[in-house]
Amino acid sequence: MISLTSPVRTGAHGWPAGVKLAALCVATVVLFARADLAFQLTAAATTLAVTLVGGWTFARAALSALWRLWPFVVLVVLWHGLTGAALDGAVIALRLLTAFLLANLVTMTTTLSQMIAVVMRVAAPLTRLGVNTRALALGMALVVRFTPVLTDKGTALTDAWRARSHRRPGWRIVIPFAVLAIDDAEHMAEALRARGGTTP
Amino acid sequence: MERHLTLIALFAALIAALGLIPQLTLAFGVPVTAQSLGVMLCGTVLGAKRGALAALLFVGLVALGLPLLAGGRGGLGVFASPTAGFVVGFPFAAFITGLIVENWRNGPLALVAGVASVIGGIAVLYAFGISGLAWALDRPLTEAALLVTAFLPGDVIKAVLAGLVTAALARARPDSVLSRA
Repeated sequence: MISLTSPVRTGAHGWPAGVKLAALCVATVVLFARADLAFQLTAAATTLAVTLVGGWTFARAALSALWRLWPFVVLVVLWHGLTGAALDGAVIALRLLTAFLLANLVTMTTTLSQMIAVVMRVAAPLTRLGVNTRALALGMALVVRFTPVLTDKGTALTDAWRARSHRRPGWRIVIPFAVLAIDDAEHMAEALRARGGTTP
Repeated sequence: MERHLTLIALFAALIAALGLIPQLTLAFGVPVTAQSLGVMLCGTVLGAKRGALAALLFVGLVALGLPLLAGGRGGLGVFASPTAGFVVGFPFAAFITGLIVENWRNGPLALVAGVASVIGGIAVLYAFGISGLAWALDRPLTEAALLVTAFLPGDVIKAVLAGLVTAALARARPDSVLSRA
C-alpha cells in the first residue's frame, strides 16, 4: 500500500522516528501556548525554511497539502476580522498552518515501518499487563491486506450489477458486500489459526 | 481470538474502503463520504469494545501515515487540522453505538442499530467534531455547530443504512454479529 512518506530523500529521513515525534509534540505544545503574532510569524517562517531545505520537489508536495486548509483559513480571517479581532484571527490562522505543516513534515520523512517500530517499542511494557502486542502488529498488517481486497470486491459487485441493470448500483450492493467481507474475514481467521494463530 | 482479530481488522479496513467511494464535497471543504457509515457498522456489528478497537486501529494507522481517510488524507497533519475532532471521535462513536446495540435487546435489530447509529455515529461523533472545530478556530460551540449542520441529512441516511445492513447481516451470518452473540 502507498504510504504518505515522501519518495524524495531528505536528511530528516535518516533521523530516528521517536526523536522526530517527540520534537513534534514539543513544537505543537509551544505553538498552542504562545498567542503573540511575532512568535507565530517567526515559527511559520522557520517551518517554511525547514521545508525548503528538503528541495523544491519535496517542498511543493508538503505545501500543496496545506491547500486543504484554505476554507478554515478564510473562515478564521473573515470571522475574526468582522468581529474586530483581526489580530487574533491572524495568530490562529498562522498557528493552524504551521502546526499542520510541521506534522506533515514528520509524516513525509518517516516510513511506515519506522512508525510501527516506535509503536511496538512504546507498547512493549504493556505485554506485562497482558496486552498481546503480537495481535496489534498482526491487526495492522491485516488492515493493509483487507483494504485493497475489499475495494476489489466492491468493484466486482458494481460490475456485476452494471451487467444486469442500466440503473446505478448504489445501496443495493452494500449488503452482499458486507456478507462477502465477513466471509473473507472468517476464512482468514481459520487460515491464521491453522498457522499458529496469535499466540507468541 | 483469531476470529475477533480478523473481524476487528476487517472493519477497520471497511472504514477505509468506504472512504474510497467517490465523495461529494459540500460547503467549507468537508467531504461527505460513506466513511462514518463504517464507524457506525463497527459499533452495530462488533459491539462496544471490539467496535471501538476497530475504529482505534483505523485512526492509529491514519496517524502512522497511511492515506486511509476519504480523499487520500492521512498522516499526523490530520490531527493538527480543524477537523481532527471527528477522526479522534471515531472510536468513541463506535463504542457508544455498540453499547446501545448490546444492551437494548427487545426490539427489531434494524431499528435498534439505526437509533444506536444516530446516537453514537451522529450525536457523539458531532460532539467531538464540533468541540475540535470550536477549539481550533477559537469560536463558540454554537457557531462551530452551524458549520456542520449541512452534513446532518447525509448522516441520518447513513444511520438508517447501518441499521438495515446490521439486520441483514444478523440474518445472513448470525455468528459474525458479535454485538448480539
